[in-house]
Amino acid sequence: MSAYQFNGSAVAHDEEGYLVDIAEWSPDLALLIAKSENIEMAPEHWEVVNFLRSYYEEYQVAPAVRVLVKEMTKKYGKEKGDQKYLYSLFPYGPAKQACKIAGLPKPTGCV
Amino acid sequence: MAGDDNIIDRANGDPLECPALAPGVMASSKPYVAAPAHQEALGFPGQLVEGWQEKAIARLGELLESSRALRVYLDSCVKCGACTDKCQFFLGSGDPNNMPVARQDLLRKVYRRYFTLAGKLTPSLVGAEDLTEQVLEEWFSYFHQCSQCRRCSLFCPYGIDTAEISMAARDIMDTIGKGQKYSNEIIGKVFKIGNNLGLPPKALKATLQGLEEEIEEETGVAVRLPLDEPGAEILLVTPSADFFASPHMEGLIGYAKVLHESGISWTFSSHASEAANFGMFIGSTDNMRNVALRIRKAAEDLGVKRLVFGECGHAWRVAYNFLDTLAGPFDFLDPKYPRPQHICEFTWDLIKAGRLTFDKSKNDQIRLTFHDSCNVARASRMGDEPGGQFEIPRAILRATCNHFYDMAPETIRESTLCCGGGGGLLTDELMDVRIKGAQPRMRALRAVADEHGVTHMAAICAICKAQFSKILPKYGFDMEAIVSVHQMVSNAIVLSGSRTGDASDEDDAPDGEHDGGPAAQKEGSGDE
Repeated sequence: MSAYQFNGSAVAHDEEGYLVDIAEWSPDLALLIAKSENIEMAPEHWEVVNFLRSYYEEYQVAPAVRVLVKEMTKKYGKEKGDQKYLYSLFPYGPAKQACKIAGLPKPTGCV
Repeated sequence: MAGDDNIIDRANGDPLECPALAPGVMASSKPYVAAPAHQEALGFPGQLVEGWQEKAIARLGELLESSRALRVYLDSCVKCGACTDKCQFFLGSGDPNNMPVARQDLLRKVYRRYFTLAGKLTPSLVGAEDLTEQVLEEWFSYFHQCSQCRRCSLFCPYGIDTAEISMAARDIMDTIGKGQKYSNEIIGKVFKIGNNLGLPPKALKATLQGLEEEIEEETGVAVRLPLDEPGAEILLVTPSADFFASPHMEGLIGYAKVLHESGISWTFSSHASEAANFGMFIGSTDNMRNVALRIRKAAEDLGVKRLVFGECGHAWRVAYNFLDTLAGPFDFLDPKYPRPQHICEFTWDLIKAGRLTFDKSKNDQIRLTFHDSCNVARASRMGDEPGGQFEIPRAILRATCNHFYDMAPETIRESTLCCGGGGGLLTDELMDVRIKGAQPRMRALRAVADEHGVTHMAAICAICKAQFSKILPKYGFDMEAIVSVHQMVSNAIVLSGSRTGDASDEDDAPDGEHDGGPAAQKEGSGDE
């Protein structure tokens, strides 16, 4: 199994780069995962990642895209509250790519 | 992505144009192999078993015993060539192994070798081949480039159902421990959590409550999205993508508004919070039954009288064709209604009865077309008339939207193309197959966009919606150009007692009565 080389140790991930053990996540590891996705983490990225993590902590699943959009609007204003804004931050999709960086499992199914 | 410009170029042209042959160009396309945990949860061996060749051949023997149809399909092909240019994965890739006949032959050559006299005695004369590791790799690659959409079967003079052959090949691969990660991991989640997405009941409840608040804020009407409410009249079973993705969720809001207007009590179930049944994709009757039984249990436990399915293509095939065989009889449901019923049938019945009011101008910014989803189009029906599965969704769209234009006739209705992501292909590592398979549909869409200014395409399948929102931008369209049929309903419906309803001069006559028929299309075309 492949792994991220991080602080001198190997953190296992699956074929697509999602962490095998989500407990191994840390903000510094997120920077490394983001880099492998060609994403430079700005404060806007962290706003999304932090929300995903707190939602996951409560519900054991990533939030629906619509829920994420609504939350971003509420917290950070209308210009950050649409799907396209989220795609501009995470070109491969806020659900999948942002979950990967947040250390969460990949949303599966017809999504 | 470097290739994007080229892909956009490919959006122009005849959707069904036969490509130049490109042998082997898709040979390296393979899905991820299921991990042992994904396999074992479904009753399959964790990894490729010792003596897999003998076991695979034995499994093929069992399938031939249990399905006479499979034997007929494997025996009866005369290589007439009618199917060769009918598969969107061939049209988009040019790889001759994606010609349906050639894909079938990957299994047929093994069948001939071990199950026919001529193949046993003189294999090279009859196209018979040993099951080698290389053949197994070809199976894993090319049987995961078939979306089981059955477009080829429509054109086969012998009626060979290629989907059945792909399903058999996948069943054999699962049986020897070489399953596909995407489908098998998802089926495991249904058994463990209740849906493909892995959405636990607490999250589902919160999602539904959030939507209730949103609808009330927007309309002033308290539309409910109830969960696990015993004694409700209707159990609504819908793909879990409806609770998560866009434009799926906008369709979900549409179902809730229609059910609200109907005045009939209804509920979702957390136990059966999934309409999809990927057991069909992997050709496993046992897994398909176990998924279907969850719906039966939920219906019985909640004491509902009616079963309605949301917008999900293959789920409707399973529900319409197989639900009774898998999990029936459903004699505890009210026989006055279809058992089960499609949400489009439910909505259309209300429209016909004049029970829904629409303000079609709410969709005036949209110029719409409709993508028939393969499993609905070629493996099911709706309503009481032949072709209802084509007419009813269109009638709903015409009742809710002023500008509707069909795509080229050879690309819709029973001749519809797969979105490119069906049958277990909707996974990121198969993106190349998905992009290529979508090419014919993207070309047909480009043509109506150019000719009629079409801006949006509606669908009634969660896979189609997810696939198109990813693929549309690669062909130069907006990712939000794909919409749910019930999203159009949601946009236009005037809820009783809503702020919009109070403000406008209500017209009691249903829009569907005068705008829903085929004449509406002419009327629509006329305003160009």
